[in-house]
Amino acid sequence: MPTIRVFDREGKLHVLDAPVGWSVMEVIREAGLPIEAACGGCCACATCHVYVDPEWLDKLEPPHADETLMLDEAFQVQDNSRLSCQIKVTPELDGLTVTLAPEF
Amino acid sequence: MPFSSGSMDLRTAMNGQAISTDLVIIGAGPVGLFAVFEAGLLGLRCHLVDNLDKIGGQCAELYPDKPIYDIPAVPRCTGQELIDRLLEQIRPFEPTFHLREQAERLERLDNGRWRVTTSAGTVFEAPAVAIAAGAGSFVPRRLPLPEAEQFEGRSLFYAVRRSEAFYGHRIVVAGGGDSALDWVLALQPHAASIALVHRRDEFRAAPSSVERMRRLAAEGALRLIIGQIVGLEGRDGELEAVRIKTQDGKEERVACDRLLAFYGLKMELGPIAHWGLDLDKGQIKVDTEAFETNLPGVFAIGDICTYPGKLKLILSGFHEAALMCQKAFRYCRPNERLIFRYTTSSTDLQKKLGVI
Ligand SMILES: Cc1cc2nc3c(=O)[nH]c(=O)nc-3n(C[C@H](O)[C@H](O)[C@H](O)COP(=O)(O)OP(=O)(O)OC[C@H]3O[C@@H](n4cnc5c(N)ncnc54)[C@H](O)[C@@H]3O)c2cc1C
Ligand code: FES
Repeated sequence: MPTIRVFDREGKLHVLDAPVGWSVMEVIREAGLPIEAACGGCCACATCHVYVDPEWLDKLEPPHADETLMLDEAFQVQDNSRLSCQIKVTPELDGLTVTLAPEF
Repeated sequence: MPFSSGSMDLRTAMNGQAISTDLVIIGAGPVGLFAVFEAGLLGLRCHLVDNLDKIGGQCAELYPDKPIYDIPAVPRCTGQELIDRLLEQIRPFEPTFHLREQAERLERLDNGRWRVTTSAGTVFEAPAVAIAAGAGSFVPRRLPLPEAEQFEGRSLFYAVRRSEAFYGHRIVVAGGGDSALDWVLALQPHAASIALVHRRDEFRAAPSSVERMRRLAAEGALRLIIGQIVGLEGRDGELEAVRIKTQDGKEERVACDRLLAFYGLKMELGPIAHWGLDLDKGQIKVDTEAFETNLPGVFAIGDICTYPGKLKLILSGFHEAALMCQKAFRYCRPNERLIFRYTTSSTDLQKKLGVI
């Protein structure tokens, strides 16, 4: 099973088993890390905001228009900002590294 | 359907008159709406309170255009369609909606009835209360900067109560949706100066507002800044400037004494947390026979309630509403007997529905 690497807001690294087909948000949430994901992955809340390690950025499918619009409601958005519910785990993403964005 | 305006209710409240009804429903999401139907079949009158400016809870606010596939016998409908159909279904029962009002207080009266008081001063008295509050009230998201708190309510706002309070000021508005654009356009003629800050040069707001905003920006009547707010400066609650990180990574200081920030809505349990209810992780514990809370006559249904096996689905909320009303009836009509009947065959129910 692929694993993803998640830095929490205190900078601590968590290496998580990531079933193929799950979203990155689901992996993070099921591991009990603090991610609000208020809309449950429907791209309707922006509370699953993460920063993707720059090395991984172009290995991801580019965001849909929906996701970019929703990111407008997030805070401290950067070039490497993504909504983790919109990133599907694939075998190629083994080792994907993300950091939880600040909560608000 | 009757709507009440906040000011009218304030007047009633100041006259010391409470609105007396059978069932007060807190939350006008899908589950609160269906509770009106089930209560209506039993002959109970309902008043609903919601602090959103529209009916429909999460379905209308978060996903009006997204499809739902798991409503029994409705293979597909959008969030808004579901709400529209529920409104059609409950119309015969003439519920009264009190929108833009948050239920703030819940108190038990000596006669055993419950009193609910809203943020607009509306007071209800009823033998039964149904809390159908979802994940809590929709409230504006706050600016997540440590220094924000000292300015909130004095020079930093997340909503406009009285637009005159902004006249003559140097205003910065943050956001890219309709609220941000509407207020920029409304306040621009009255402001000493006004700037709109948004993280990218594309806007979700209605195209006609975006066009008007761009025209004003081209004329120099407003400043459009593409960037994000990273800091606030000022003292004693009075803002002097906001620091904005622009697209090229530079930081700019924009003088301002009023900041209006629109970062969407979030859900917060709010006042319900202080009503003496048994809570489990922000949800209200209920029994699964009547979905009653630890307070007799106070029920919780839909996403807000929790019990072993609870699923946060609309269909579960509908079931909870039906069972809840059976018990609520006993509080509302202690001397009447409730007989189980089908809408298909009961002329009494059909009369209530207005179909015969
Ligand atoms: C994007 C998305 C997709 C979904 N898809 C599905 C699906 O396909 N199928 C499904 O079954 N479910 C789905 N859901 C879940 C479904 O929307 C919820 O289960 C449902 O909305 C719960 O209804 P409710 O009436 O309990 O609460 P809500 O819809 O949350 O409504 C509660 C209302 O109460 C108000 N309120 C709260 N506290 C107060 C107060 N103190 N005073 C005044 N008003 C108050 C709030 O403002 C809100 O309007 C989805 C949810 C989301 C976010
Ligand atoms: S969980 Fe809401 S947008 Fe991702």
